[in-house]
Amino acid sequence: MMLEAKKIEFHYNPKQKFDLPDIQLSQGEQLLILGKSGSGKTTILNMLGGLLKPLNGEIKIGDTSLYSLKGASLDKFRGKNIGIIFQRPHILEPLTVLENLSIANFFSGTKGDKNENLLKELGIFEKRNEKVNTLSEGEAQRLSIARALANSPKVILADEPTASLDDENATNVVKLLKEQAEKYNAVLIIVTHDQRVKDHISNQITIGG
Amino acid sequence: MLKLSWKYLISKPLSTGLNILLLALGLAIITVLILIQDQFENKMSKDAEGIDLVVGAKGSPLQLILSSIYHIDFPTGNIDMSDAMALSKNRLVKNIIPLGLGDNYQGYRIVGTNHDYLELYNAKMATGSAWEKPFDVVLGSEVANKLNLKLGDQFIGSHGIGSSSHEHDEHPYTITGIIVPMGNVLDKLILTSIESVWYTHDEDHDHEKFEASVAKTGFPETDEDREVTSLLIQYRNPIAAVQLPRFINSKSALQAASPSFEISRLFELLGVGVKLVKGLAIIIIVIAGLGIFIALYNSLKERKYDLAVMRTLGASSGQLFIHILLEGVILTLLGAIVGIAIGHLFLSILVMQNEQGALSGLTAAVFLKEEIWIILYAIIVGVIASLIPAWNAYQTDIAKQLTKA
Repeated sequence: MMLEAKKIEFHYNPKQKFDLPDIQLSQGEQLLILGKSGSGKTTILNMLGGLLKPLNGEIKIGDTSLYSLKGASLDKFRGKNIGIIFQRPHILEPLTVLENLSIANFFSGTKGDKNENLLKELGIFEKRNEKVNTLSEGEAQRLSIARALANSPKVILADEPTASLDDENATNVVKLLKEQAEKYNAVLIIVTHDQRVKDHISNQITIGG
Repeated sequence: MLKLSWKYLISKPLSTGLNILLLALGLAIITVLILIQDQFENKMSKDAEGIDLVVGAKGSPLQLILSSIYHIDFPTGNIDMSDAMALSKNRLVKNIIPLGLGDNYQGYRIVGTNHDYLELYNAKMATGSAWEKPFDVVLGSEVANKLNLKLGDQFIGSHGIGSSSHEHDEHPYTITGIIVPMGNVLDKLILTSIESVWYTHDEDHDHEKFEASVAKTGFPETDEDREVTSLLIQYRNPIAAVQLPRFINSKSALQAASPSFEISRLFELLGVGVKLVKGLAIIIIVIAGLGIFIALYNSLKERKYDLAVMRTLGASSGQLFIHILLEGVILTLLGAIVGIAIGHLFLSILVMQNEQGALSGLTAAVFLKEEIWIILYAIIVGVIASLIPAWNAYQTDIAKQLTKA
């Protein structure tokens, strides 16, 4: 198993516990988690991404139990093994396109020799030395995907990656994510309420009723 | 890491530049103060070295010191030769150097004295030799340079100390020597014999007298009623320090002033002003520190998201702490460097515009140990200013931050 979530529990308010499913995915598998807003989709993604410790249960990536790691070692592990894509691109504005990738390499301590290739594949290579505020919405989202892939992660997590995009860009982004995940043989989990994504990934679960 | 902080700084050039400038201004003021104070005190004590007491006409003791040692103020008047001679016989006096002031050439003072004055400062000749006859003069290096005078050149002195009233055109001076650069008051003086000063002001012209050699030490021999401006005295023993000034001051026509005492009094007077300016500079620095704090703190609000993203990319909270701290330190370090540069520039302009004033002879091309302290202080300001923002960055809750937007 590449990614495993067992009996995880979480709640912000004891009266409203999230009903969270167990997840088991092996290398290269893809999963779509569907649910309305407030159903705990993002929460589950944060927990899988090592950003939020579940109150109970265990999450394993490869052989590592994620929350047995503490502090900086958890940060390093996340940087190296998990690529996270958010609803909005959240690119570091003062840096150029290429620097946004190298910063990911820097923080996780990897080399990043395929950054330029990544940019080429995602069609933003020509803009590599430009400031990110010159990018369009679609380009920015592609850059955030490139950044998530910069360290060749084993797990790619995407939180509503298509929410702010038009139909065409949304389809492109999902396709890109699938392609790249397959290329790196990584686990891909997309969390969304966007019905447009449904047709692309057959392995689906719905949470929150 | 350094690059990252730097990129964030230059992404906001206005606030970054403003903060650097503010800090730089404060530090520049302190730099100028330190430079002037150090060199001034240095110069002051160097010029007064070996002179225990100055005796001259009654008036302000400080004025006497300033005019006779530093050659910046006007003399208090003249004293009778007979009084001076009497004093030189006092057993408490080891050495006595008479000075005759009152003339200048293009703003540089002509000082009538004897060869002991040269010895007092250990002056060596760059070319030529010391004066032998009346109207022979020796130039300080700065005088020779600025006025472009050479050995053997002649010039005519003018009456008065600063701006001249009338010229003594009957008696041209001949340059017989130029002193090596001394880095003290001698550089700005034109030295000659007491006799030269006397004869310039005489109405009759006794040419025989002009050919006689002048006194090399002590007082010139004369049977006429002559005057000198002031006397530089070295004590024979420590008792003299107690007895001699009292003895001299009790005589109606003379006044004795101790250079060390008067100069410390002068610094005390200046000290109030210096303290005031220093206080102002410190206030500016504190404001600059606050400015940096506010800038970092505000930018942190906008950047919480960026920081959270960095965390998801693998940055540890410690790295974020350093990232913010570095920004503050880079800011202040730049401020310090710019400040010191401005300080030196400012001083060099000040010196350039004051070539013959009290500031001349100071140089901006000196770097002091204290300036390293300035940089250190600046960095401390930077660390303090960025500590709280950096701590906030350290504690950023990623999940909460990312879900919030």
